Parts: sequence; structure tokens; C-alpha cells
Amino acid sequence: MAVAVLERQWVARPGLLGWLTTTDHKRIGLLYFWTTLVLFGAGGVEALTMRTQLVQPNEHLVGPETYDQLFTLHGITMIFFFIIPMSTGAFGNYLIPLMIGARDMAFPRMNALSFWVFLGSGIFLYASLAAGSAPDAGWFDYVPLASRAFSPGRNIDFYALALILNGLSSTLAAANFIVTILKLRAPGMSLNRMPLFCFAFLAASFGLLFALPALTADCIFLFLDRRVGTHFFDVAHGGSALLWQNLFWIFGHPEVYILIVPAFGIATSIIPAFTQRRVVAFPLVAIAELLVVFIGFGVWAHHMFATGLPTTTLIFFAAASALVIIPSTIQVFAWCLTMVSGAAQFKTPLLFIVGFILFFVIGGLTGIMFVAIPFDQQTTDTYFVIAHFHYIIFGAAVFPIFGGMYYWFPKLTGRMYFELPGQISFWIIFVGTNVLFFPMHIVGLDGMPRRVYTYPANLGWGTYNLVETIGGYITLAGILMLFGNLVVSYFSGERASHDPWHGPTLEWTTASPPPVYNFAVIPAVRSAYPNWDAPRSTKPLTLDVGHQQPVTSVDDAVLGEIAVMPHESPWPILLALGLTVVCALLVVEKYAVAGIALGLCGVVLAAWHWQAVE
Amino acid sequence: MNVLSPASHQARDIASLWWWMLGASGVGFAVVVGLLVAAWMRRRRPATADDEISTRFVVALGIVVPILVIGSLFVIANIFVIRTTQAPAGTATRLTVRVIGHDWWWEVRYPGTSVVTANEIHIPTRTPILLEATTADVIHSFWVPELNRKIDTIPGRLNKIELEADRPGYFRGQCAEFCGLQHAHMALAVYAQTPAEFRRWLAQQKQPVQPSNTVGGQLFLDGTCSECHTIRGTSADGTTGPDLTHLASRATIAALTLPNTPSNLAAWITHNQQIKPGNKMIDVQLPPAKLRALVAYLESLR
Repeated sequence: MAVAVLERQWVARPGLLGWLTTTDHKRIGLLYFWTTLVLFGAGGVEALTMRTQLVQPNEHLVGPETYDQLFTLHGITMIFFFIIPMSTGAFGNYLIPLMIGARDMAFPRMNALSFWVFLGSGIFLYASLAAGSAPDAGWFDYVPLASRAFSPGRNIDFYALALILNGLSSTLAAANFIVTILKLRAPGMSLNRMPLFCFAFLAASFGLLFALPALTADCIFLFLDRRVGTHFFDVAHGGSALLWQNLFWIFGHPEVYILIVPAFGIATSIIPAFTQRRVVAFPLVAIAELLVVFIGFGVWAHHMFATGLPTTTLIFFAAASALVIIPSTIQVFAWCLTMVSGAAQFKTPLLFIVGFILFFVIGGLTGIMFVAIPFDQQTTDTYFVIAHFHYIIFGAAVFPIFGGMYYWFPKLTGRMYFELPGQISFWIIFVGTNVLFFPMHIVGLDGMPRRVYTYPANLGWGTYNLVETIGGYITLAGILMLFGNLVVSYFSGERASHDPWHGPTLEWTTASPPPVYNFAVIPAVRSAYPNWDAPRSTKPLTLDVGHQQPVTSVDDAVLGEIAVMPHESPWPILLALGLTVVCALLVVEKYAVAGIALGLCGVVLAAWHWQAVE
Repeated sequence: MNVLSPASHQARDIASLWWWMLGASGVGFAVVVGLLVAAWMRRRRPATADDEISTRFVVALGIVVPILVIGSLFVIANIFVIRTTQAPAGTATRLTVRVIGHDWWWEVRYPGTSVVTANEIHIPTRTPILLEATTADVIHSFWVPELNRKIDTIPGRLNKIELEADRPGYFRGQCAEFCGLQHAHMALAVYAQTPAEFRRWLAQQKQPVQPSNTVGGQLFLDGTCSECHTIRGTSADGTTGPDLTHLASRATIAALTLPNTPSNLAAWITHNQQIKPGNKMIDVQLPPAKLRALVAYLESLR
């Protein structure tokens, strides 16, 4: 009976309008999922075009102008428009409220805003490609190459504004995750009973919140230097070329941990489910997930070891880079020992986690080598570094995303995927990834620098590059098979129960797919594995008057007040549209009109809050 | 240009660092693979609930061992090896070479002499050399892996490393920081020569060229060439492109893009935008007879 009331209270607006104005975290998660998937496709096409260009020496598939845009877009896309929004936007949005027993994110309309701004920034970035002036100075965009003197087109203006817009979206999402995780946990889910997945997303969100301002400031300085004539980075007028690098990496190095930490979270969800064993050394792992991001703020200059900084500075940052390894080694052995002492079932999701561990260890070991300053200075900006961070960013950050797609597929769709094709897709991607990236270590040590659109025939780099390109296409085949399996399963997979894996966390206690309100009865929690440790019977908390959601205390999750969550709203999408239009007008130098558009955004924001007061 | 075929004590130290790190990494990787294999072997046994032993393993393998291993690496690499790869003390070197990165070629100067050349550096063997690196435009990175680690060229800064070749030989280098369209074709050559050979080379490079009344020489001075290129001893004093005073003594043109032959030189003059798209030179259209005369003149600049 209560369920019928809830259904009525939480019914979604039908049709397209329902999706455009939705505040449901699951719908927003799916919107993120589909959008980032399209952008992943774009980043993949860029990567394979580069690999095809490099298949042999002096190839002429694309010229340097196109190649520079390709590797710049590939980096920006995969980092800002695929991994971060896929892990936080899609996985985080969909799963965190379910895992903590909440009915939505803390700020549902802000959640919608962060998606629509993200979509706006993605369309804005790719509009630059359509306009023939995509960013072309690398994702790291060093000045003075990116200054107006050496890059007079609009390419870099697109870069600066796209990243400011994207950063706004990530900041909103990060703040939302932090408040959701800290305040909306089901009663009884004290911090020490919070799933490790949530610790990981909490760490990633704090990381984003504190790292992004450095990037945003950097991009604003760059835009001002280029358009207004300020001299932040202009050495001839007292600016500094290294200021850009410092600010960029103050953001950029925490960013690489922000990319990987959600993957840790996914791994710590899949491992207990498929070993039917609690994660070994839970408190150490939880602390490690937070520490890795925290220490990650102190290592930025190890991207600048070849810039001629004083040796003392180098040693400080090398020491921090050494320290940040320890939280990762703790986690690797915690995962491994959980698998050893559990009863591991090597199904597709766990296979992807095994792949993840192997890639993370290989990429981590080459990462440790960069603690040795002279070795870093020798190999930085070569293919050795490309090999290192693709083992981490593709092998370790994306494999758990693939594994997570299989793991939560039954929860999202109510159907099972096909196991054998799933396992085959894993092996193809695993082999392909190694064939693609392993030879890059060798060719890097053999002197091949990064970001070259072609290379001479007489240096012996051709064979390695040929093998790498073949690996690229093998990986593509595996990824196509993975998604093919999921698409076929969506239509004809076996019906899944609400808990096919006997998973440990709360999302497995509700229906598949979950109802709009997630839980008919707000769960009561007394362990970190609430689906395994059924709670003592308590008075059920139904909350079926309007969009009600319990708010609990930060540390012990003691029930405080009952909040009423907002309904669908048209304002987030309108505001996002307005902000995107402002950026477009700034790029084409229509400053006055941009000012008017910004004023209109203010009106939209006022209208939004007018509604809120009502 | 292999990191692992060192020709100097700096590069040798870095290479041996690599082999030690590779060995240790192999052990670490084997431990993790061993654990995963163990998980596979005992997959049918029921899960154990005991956390104490596993946690001890995590503390030992995940905290204690890494601190010891990474600590040792840190001390060896960053206290000892770094002494040879960091900027040398002012008194420790016997010759200074200044390299200036340009879009997309290297200017090479020998301070204290009039010698200016491009894209090739000659050094005497077994002599510590101070290499100063800076840039005329964007950030580049000077990198000759067989001799030492790389060093960026940064506007407003003069960065320094030491070069000291053990043996005579040719060592290829390449720009290692993305610097725009032709980053891929910004290589350079280091020739390590016996001190006597090096002195001969330097003396020869100091000579200005004799004024030439040939058709080609006049063409160079009257045409667009001299706006961008210098030939010491003539009125050509442009600075946008490489100094061509002793062009014919160089093995390659366009920052190692092509071997220095008359036909390549002719192709470069007329079609350089096809060979190295985006480079700062224009395609110079000349009737065949004039082109031959110009190439002949350039090939005479020994």
C-alpha cells in the first residue's frame, strides 16, 4: 500500500520533457552514461586515427595540423569528457544514492545542472572541430605555444572556455557528492560502515573540488592573455611561462588520482561480491583511498623535472611522489589477499578487476621509476611515459568501468548479460591492450618522443609502431564485442533477480531496475555489508508524504531531520544552455552580446530560486 | 638514440638505474601474479573469515616492503646519481656550448668564438662540457639520450646540463617537448670527436666565407634568402633561419630531415612546405638554371 503511495508521489513526467527536466539521479546517471559513451567513441576514433598514421614511418594519412588536433582532443576527451564524467557522473550518480540508502542526491536540481553544463561543454568542444579550429597545443597546453603570438587562431580559446565550463560541471557534481555521502546516508550507516565505493567517490570529489580552481584560474589567465592583452604568461613583460605549468599540474596531478580512485571504488565493490568475502584491512583501504588524493596534491612538480628547477625542489617533489605510492600498494595487496582468502568466482566483472590489478601494478611499477629523478628526466615526454600512463588510465581506470558495466548491468536493466561472450570480450581487450601499449615502453627507451606526427625510417621504430597499431584494432574489436554483448543482453538476456550476485551493498536490496524512489522503506544499517548482515527489525521508515528523504549526521548517521526533495525542474537545462551560449559568444568575440546572455543566465538563476521559495 | 646504449657516465648511471629498477619491478610483479594465481588455485574452497593474518600480509607487503625498497631507490637515485645529471658547477667544465631552440631547428653557438652553426654540435671526447639551453620562441627540450637526460628550453631561462662523451661517435638528439607543427622534424646531431679533430673543426668553422661573385652567390644576397639567413663574411645577416656559413660541412638539412645533397637542397628550396609543412621558410620558385646556381653556391660553403 505504501508502495502505491510512493509510486504516485514519485512518478516521473512522461516523454522527452520528463528526461529534459528530470532530477532523478538514476536518469541523470543514464544521461551521463550515454553522453560519455558517445565521447568515448570520439576519443577512440581519434586514438585509432593517430595509431593508423603512425603504423609506419613517413605515413601521410593526416598532416601535422590534424594530428596535433587529434592528440589534443584525444587527451581532453578521455580525461575530462569520458573517464571523469563516466565514473563520477554515470557510476557515481546512479549508484551512490542506492549504496547509501538514499532516494536521490542531496541537490537534485544542481545535479541536473551539472549534467547539462557538461553536455554543453562537450558540444562546445566538438563545435571547435566542426569549425576547423580544435585545440592543438596538447591537453597540457603549454604557453608560450598556446599564447596568441604562436597560436593566433581560435583553437586555444575553445580549449580555455571548454575546460572552464567542464570544470564548473565537475565542481557542482563534486560538491553534490560530498554532501550526499556525508549527509544522506541511511540511519545507522556510520562512516566506518560506509561502502569503500563511497570512500573512493568522496576522495575523488574532494580532489576535484580543490584541484579544479587551479585549472580554472589558469584558463582564465590564458584567455585574458590572449584576448585582453594581460601578461600572466608573457616573459617579455614580466610574466612567467612556468606559471602555467605550475597551476596546470597543481590541478593535473591530483586529477590523475581523481581518474583512478573511482576505479578503486569499483574494484572494492566487485571483489567482495565475487569472493563472498569482506575486504581485507577495510580501515586501511578506506584511509588509503582518501590519502592517495590528499598526498596527490603535493606531487605536481614531478611533471616538471626537466624544466630546470633547483635540485632541492626536485627532491622534495620526488619524496612526495614516493610517499603517494604507499596507499596504492596497501590497496593492491588488500585486493589480492581478499581474493586469495575468499572463494573467487572468475566471472566477467572479476576478470576485468584481475586485468585492472595487473595493469595497475605494471603502470604503478613504471610510475615508481619516475621517483628516480634522473630516470624521469631521461624518459619524460617519450613513449615510455605514454606506455606508463595508458597502463594506468586505460588499463587501470577504464577496466573497472568495463567490469562495473557488467557487474551492475542486472541492476540497471533487470536482465543478465551473456557470460561466455563477456569473458571472451575481456580476453580480447586484455590482449589487445598489452599489444597496444607494451611495445611503447621499448620504443620510448629507444628514443621515440611523444606528440610526433611521423618519424624517420632509419631508427628502427617502425616494427614496434606496427605492432602497437595492430593492438589498437584488437582492443577496438574487444570493446565492440563488450558493448554488443550488453546491447543483445538488454533485449534478450535472462531476467535477473534483484540480487543475482548476492552483493554486499544496499543497491542489491531493492528491485532491478530500482523504482524512482529507490527504497520503499528507508534501510536501517548496522554493518559495512548491509545486504549480508540483515538488520535487526526496527520500526520501518517509509516516508511517503512528498519527496521525503532522511538527513543524518556526518559521522554516526543518526537520523536528524526529514528533508523534502524537489521535483522536476526546467531551470537547470535553461541555465546550462545560457552558459554554453555565453562561451560561444566569447569565442566569436561578441563580448557585449555575451554580457547580455550572462545577464539572462542571472535571470534564469533568479527564477529557479523564486520557484524554490514557493 | 637509445637510453640503454649510453656513451657517457651520466647516461650509463641512468641506464644501470633502469636495469636495477626493472629487476626489482620484476620481483614485485611476480609477487602479485603469484597471489592472483593462488586466488585461482583455491577458488573452490570456502572463504575464510579471519582478517588478522591477511591484514598482517597487507601491512608487510603493502607498507613495510615498499617503504624499504622505494626508500633505497630514492636515496640512490636522488642523492647519488643526480649529482652527475644535474646542472654542473661553474668550474667543473672546460668548454661551453649554447643551444637555442627555434621553431623548428637548433641554433648552436660556441661562446667566446664567432662560431654559429645549426642542428649539429661538435664536442671533444672525454671533456666535460657545459651545455646551456634556451629558446628563441616556445618551449623545446634538448635531448641526446646516449649522453644525458633532457633539459627544457624555457623563455627567459638559461638551463644547464653537462655533456661528456666517452668515445668518438655520432649521437642523435631530438626535441622532446611538443613545440608545434614540426616538433616531429626537430632533431639534432652530436658529433663527439677526438680533441685534435674537434680543434680542427672549430678553427674551420671560425672562418668567414670569401665574398663570391658567382650567379648563385649574388642570387642569395639579392633574393629573399638573406632576409632570414646569415652567411658570415657577406652582407646576408638574417636571423630567422639557420646560419648557413658552413652549410656544406653539415651532413643534413632542415634539422636532420634530409641528407645534405644537391638534389635535396634544391627540393628543399622549392618544396620545403611539402617536406616539412608549416616550417617558417617559404617555397622559393626559381627557374632551373638559377636554382642550380644557387645550390652550387650553397654547396661551396664548406
